[in-house]
Amino acid sequence: MKKKFQFLLVLLLFTKLNAINDNLIISESFPIKLSEFGFFLDNSAQIPHENVIPYELISTLFSDYSHKQRWVYVPNNKKAKYEENWVFNFPVGSALIKTFYYPIDERNPEFGMNLLETRLLLRKESGWEAVSYAWNEEQTEAYKKIAGKTINVSWTDFMGDKRDVRYRVPNVNQCKECHAAEDKITPIGPKARNLNKDFKFNEGEFNQLIYWMKRQIIDDYPMELISPVDWMDESQNINDRVRSYLDVNCGHCHSPTGNANSTGLYLHLDETRDIHLGLYKKPVATGRGSGGFKYSIVPGKPEESILLHRMISLDPGVMMPESGRALSHTEAVEMVREWILVMDD
Amino acid sequence: MSKGDTLIIKAGHYLFEDGLSLDVDDVTIIGEGMDKTILDFKNQQSGAQGFLVTSNKVTLKDFAILDAKGDALKVIGSNGINMINLRTEWTGGPKSTNGAYGFYPVESEDVLIDGCVAIGASDAGIYVGQSKNIIVRNSIAQYNVAGIEIENSYYADVYNNIASHNTGGILIFDLPDLPQQGGHHIRVFDNKSMNNDTDNFAPEGNIVGEVPRGTGIIIMANSDVEVFNNIMSGNGTVNLSIVSYSDETDDPNYYPHPRRIQVHNNTYGPGGFDPDIETGELAKALYEISDGNMPDIFWDGVVPISQMIFGQPKIDKLKVDENSDVSFLTISPIKYMLGLSNPVKTEKKEFFGVINPLEPIEIDGI
Repeated sequence: MKKKFQFLLVLLLFTKLNAINDNLIISESFPIKLSEFGFFLDNSAQIPHENVIPYELISTLFSDYSHKQRWVYVPNNKKAKYEENWVFNFPVGSALIKTFYYPIDERNPEFGMNLLETRLLLRKESGWEAVSYAWNEEQTEAYKKIAGKTINVSWTDFMGDKRDVRYRVPNVNQCKECHAAEDKITPIGPKARNLNKDFKFNEGEFNQLIYWMKRQIIDDYPMELISPVDWMDESQNINDRVRSYLDVNCGHCHSPTGNANSTGLYLHLDETRDIHLGLYKKPVATGRGSGGFKYSIVPGKPEESILLHRMISLDPGVMMPESGRALSHTEAVEMVREWILVMDD
Repeated sequence: MSKGDTLIIKAGHYLFEDGLSLDVDDVTIIGEGMDKTILDFKNQQSGAQGFLVTSNKVTLKDFAILDAKGDALKVIGSNGINMINLRTEWTGGPKSTNGAYGFYPVESEDVLIDGCVAIGASDAGIYVGQSKNIIVRNSIAQYNVAGIEIENSYYADVYNNIASHNTGGILIFDLPDLPQQGGHHIRVFDNKSMNNDTDNFAPEGNIVGEVPRGTGIIIMANSDVEVFNNIMSGNGTVNLSIVSYSDETDDPNYYPHPRRIQVHNNTYGPGGFDPDIETGELAKALYEISDGNMPDIFWDGVVPISQMIFGQPKIDKLKVDENSDVSFLTISPIKYMLGLSNPVKTEKKEFFGVINPLEPIEIDGI
């Protein structure tokens, strides 16, 4: 009898230690430490709780070459609803978790990684809220950062070159700059069409949407899904690659419902009108961001296109996106340059 | 900060490396004076503006924002924003590398700019874009490309301001292909737009880059604008011009011509003595048409083609009620295009009409 009781106690303790704190997700304030949520069984190694499901997106936002790991959590017995051309409608109590890090050496993962921050989008009763947790130097815990943080970080890239960046953990308001649609905070990534790819789960490799169905965290998704291409996939058509890149890097603000809608420049995937895509579109409130050029895009003339100029620039008053970038994304710049160069007038 | 808070920033010179932002409703941030509490962004490393506001019912008062890398003070989508006794300045003088806007509320409602000073913006010192219900008063704009610019906005009172030593003093503009267009109901009165004599230093590509040095007030493609009791003087190209948007656009929802513009009881000092024919089309065209005899008031006369033939609806017509010594010039575009004689009219009598004053703008609590 006594033994049994002890066993039960151990089990209870174990369960408790490994439980996700659902109340914290929906509570009005954010806890100080990331570990309080219970999303990770092992913080430093970023090993998630079994109900915290990893995912990837087909094309991702450039964040100064940092690497990202993403997870989704949906409370037991609840499901996210499919929405056409939009992110899944997640139930109250859900969490989207994203850790930003640099590998010490991109050529050799065994050297370990330098965790920078873990950003959370938490679905509360009143809607989504965003917050970021910055990792301590010991890499054992991440702490809430409302006002943002600057981290000077270096890593060795795939070519063996040492790189440095003044990495900015965004402040809470900056989260909203990108994650806003019609004035409400919203996730950007987990649209069905962006998730429609295979991923190596612990149980094996599956299409992510099929896996999400299997794990019963979504209600449905359409069989016929037009997905963006991976912009890095050079076997794909360059127009599709660029539109996919612009969608995920610019389209969250540059869309009729986004924060940059006053510009009239719309770069989300669904935009089809040339003028709003920037072709021979004059700047509106661009100031010196124009670089002395007349149009967002001049077909055949990348060097006279404001869009490319602002992708290349590192000047805070000129560069795009406005936040989240301190380095130029060379590979994407080259692709967009090529796209404009071969564009029909 | 939380809702209802007041934050006081003591006198001092504060240096920032990153942009500031405010996203809390119903707060006040107050300094100890626009020359005492200085927020300095000359070392800015990140952020597209010095100060960004995205919340409602915000009052900012008595401080200065200097040398921001982009815009100095940007306000997006705010319902109730008061900017009082603030200064935005680029301290190195007029330069194309200065930020675009000093004061930059956009997509906002109930906007008050009162007692502010804007210096050195490479686009507009005070710029209100795609907003509604606006008061800009008692403010000074100097050494900007545009002093004060109201663009694609509805219901604005611009009064008791001084715009001097800009390229253009006060601009009321409307542009195509934007979410909010059809700018209308703008009153511009009791302002001094004087000695706007700074060469245009806007980076090319921007609409204000077309504004010639020495323009007092320009009304472009707006409806229901009343311009009265202003002093316009010392503007080397032209004191007052009323023009259409002249670039090509395929936007079916855009009306490129000014209509129902009323001009009365203004005082005109010297103007047109040093037209800037190097910048944009306005000064050059006007110089040629007027044979160097620049008027106080210019209307380009451009209307939709059907109206060129059948005449403008009476209600849409420009009304001018000014002293007899105020000179006026407009063009008959059809005659001009066909090369007929006398395309120019300088007699303003036919534009005389009884003024229908526009309703003043009211903002709750102001």
